[in-house]
Amino acid sequence: MENTFEPKIVAYVCNWCTYAGADLTGTSRIKYAANVRIVRFPCTGRIDYNLLLKALALGADGIIVSGCHPNDCHYTSGNFHARRRWIVFKQMMEYMGYDMRRVKFSWVSAAEGAKWADIVNTTVREIRELGPAQRIQNEEFRMMNSEG
Amino acid sequence: MKSITHDNLLKLLAGLADEGKIVYAPVRKGQKVFFAPVQNMQPVVFDYIQTTESPKLVLFPRYEPLISFEYQGKEVKVDDPSAAAPAERVLFGSRPCDAMALKRLAEFFDRDIPDALIAGRQKALTVISMSCIKADADCFCTSTGSSPGDICGSDILLTPVENNGYAAEILTGKGASIADRCSSLFSEIPEIRKEQYLAKVEKAFSHEEVRKKLSHAFDHDIWNGASLRCIGCGACAFVCPMCSCFDIQEEGTAKKGSRVRCWDSCGFSLFTLHTSGHNPRHNQSERWRQRVMHKFSYQPEAAELTGCVGCGRCSRACPSDMNLKEQLQDIAANVETV
Amino acid sequence: MQALHQKVKELLESGKVQVVIGYGEGSGGKSRPVFIRSAADAAKLVWDDRCHQNLAVYINKPEIKKMGKAAIVAHPAAVRTIVQMIAEHQLSSGAIIVLAVENDTLEELTDNSSLEVYAQSHPVLFPPFVVKEIEDIAALSAAERFEFWQNELEKCFKCYACRAACPLCYCERCIVECNQPQWVSVPSHAQGNFEWHMNRAMHLAGRCVSCGSCTIACPAGIPIGLLTIEASRIARTEFGFEPGISCDASSAMSSFRNEDKETFIQ
Repeated sequence: MENTFEPKIVAYVCNWCTYAGADLTGTSRIKYAANVRIVRFPCTGRIDYNLLLKALALGADGIIVSGCHPNDCHYTSGNFHARRRWIVFKQMMEYMGYDMRRVKFSWVSAAEGAKWADIVNTTVREIRELGPAQRIQNEEFRMMNSEG
Repeated sequence: MKSITHDNLLKLLAGLADEGKIVYAPVRKGQKVFFAPVQNMQPVVFDYIQTTESPKLVLFPRYEPLISFEYQGKEVKVDDPSAAAPAERVLFGSRPCDAMALKRLAEFFDRDIPDALIAGRQKALTVISMSCIKADADCFCTSTGSSPGDICGSDILLTPVENNGYAAEILTGKGASIADRCSSLFSEIPEIRKEQYLAKVEKAFSHEEVRKKLSHAFDHDIWNGASLRCIGCGACAFVCPMCSCFDIQEEGTAKKGSRVRCWDSCGFSLFTLHTSGHNPRHNQSERWRQRVMHKFSYQPEAAELTGCVGCGRCSRACPSDMNLKEQLQDIAANVETV
Repeated sequence: MQALHQKVKELLESGKVQVVIGYGEGSGGKSRPVFIRSAADAAKLVWDDRCHQNLAVYINKPEIKKMGKAAIVAHPAAVRTIVQMIAEHQLSSGAIIVLAVENDTLEELTDNSSLEVYAQSHPVLFPPFVVKEIEDIAALSAAERFEFWQNELEKCFKCYACRAACPLCYCERCIVECNQPQWVSVPSHAQGNFEWHMNRAMHLAGRCVSCGSCTIACPAGIPIGLLTIEASRIARTEFGFEPGISCDASSAMSSFRNEDKETFIQ
């Protein structure tokens, strides 16, 4: 059976490495899946985990978080802080039963245009197989909406 | 007088659910008992003194949209929930104090500008209450105008009697319509004195006296001492069957959203915070005073409505053992009437 | 208990402290927090196995601070909390006299180093049912865990007793009360509850000393303490970070090491 599900992927990336890397992907004329919506941040240190929760709640099927390799942060240590945050966040989400295969973390430098394309393509392929994300259902809310 | 067996009672409730009514009944979740909509009657529990969360949620839910919008192409579809006919609901297992609370709560929301959502729900609600054959030390219904077998607010009041059955008092037209439609499930018994089956709840104070004393107590020391251990959470307000404070929130995105009414509590420090930064109730003692005063002085003065039915949920829920009954006894005993 | 009464009497009589935060008799056989201000009332203090609440939550309450210098009756988890509060600059060293109690022992701790020594030698032990809950959840599959937490959090009506009962949830303006932007959805629906509890856990990662006060406080009976216990377990396993044992430790989530290890970043 043909899989017609096209996942929506939100990518939170840092300005200095991954955004520039994604730019390079384009100028290098490397094609990659169009499912990704890139949101640019100054630094991975600025990417709050609540942004991930909001994206998932508002309809994202998958998320990519990407920034500078360790020791390459434009602000010296933003990505180290981010790394700690993701270590705890990922395990907390798993503890609450969330399928964290939908959330990808990567380091993509400004020179790694090909890596960016690869990450997006792999993520899209994997999430297409996983299907639409499970959403937290506000059961009562819906019930009340319909019931008055 | 009518009576109904335990099995027939379950059949009655299942029948009401089958008719498409939403039946709220007490069910156990973990260690606690909550009111929840039930389809089959198997999880319904009977062995509780009081549920953790009050049944006020059948009238005044934890949160509800007051108005919603959604863009459909270039059109905006606006949904006003009060325009729709509310679903028929049955509340089973409320205690007499709860039934009284729901009646008073509906009266409260009907004052000045009537709240169409709550009024609509009350019209479509049938309350089948269960008299109390057990009470605990936190119960004080007899001090606030209710009692373990009080009929106020119930459409049908059941009292457990011998042989696994219940004496059924059919109290209103709504109650009668159920009893008539399902008359085969009920049987006729001679009139009984239900008091012999009821729990004894001793009167701890007189709410009239407390009301009188509170009118002199605004600046009394009693609030400081009493509220020292209050940590300012909203547990008391959120389990209370009569607390009616709410907060209005906007939920959603640019394309679709709702204005939502959510429960709130006067115990929260930000409850009265002004945009200017000024907070008229700066201390926890002022907030605790507000809670007691509102229920036992302001509401009775303004609307002859005591804001408490003595269910005791706040005292059971409080993490710091703020005991409302004890506080009111203290006021009755130690505040001078000038 | 006799020793505790004696000690409190001395402290109040000598004027070393003006108030003692402790446990007293409550309603219906419960214990409750009491604030003893005169030596004559010292005998009102109790210490037994009903005394679970973490009294450190009262240390910075303005009404209590106004009374003057305080002493506090603290079980081992509360001692750790106090150490953590000092590390987070919420309490200056020597600002409070800690009467550390465990079973039949009483120790008076007045400076940072004695607090640290006590905290390090008195681990917080979970009651057996908590150990079992932790094991039971660890044994669940991801889907079952999702189901478990959805069912548990469905009971939450956001009274924030967990937040109020936690001495380390001391922000004057909590993230749930910030609405520009509104990070945490206010209504207590599934999404709002998930966001709130996730935020609470993340904010207590590497800080929760596992005192259990939030679980005891929860009127809905949700085992919410498990979330912050797990957050602290992650910080311990991944970063070797143990909260509440050092008065000048940095915070797990606002520090880092170059050699932090992970396996999932591509």
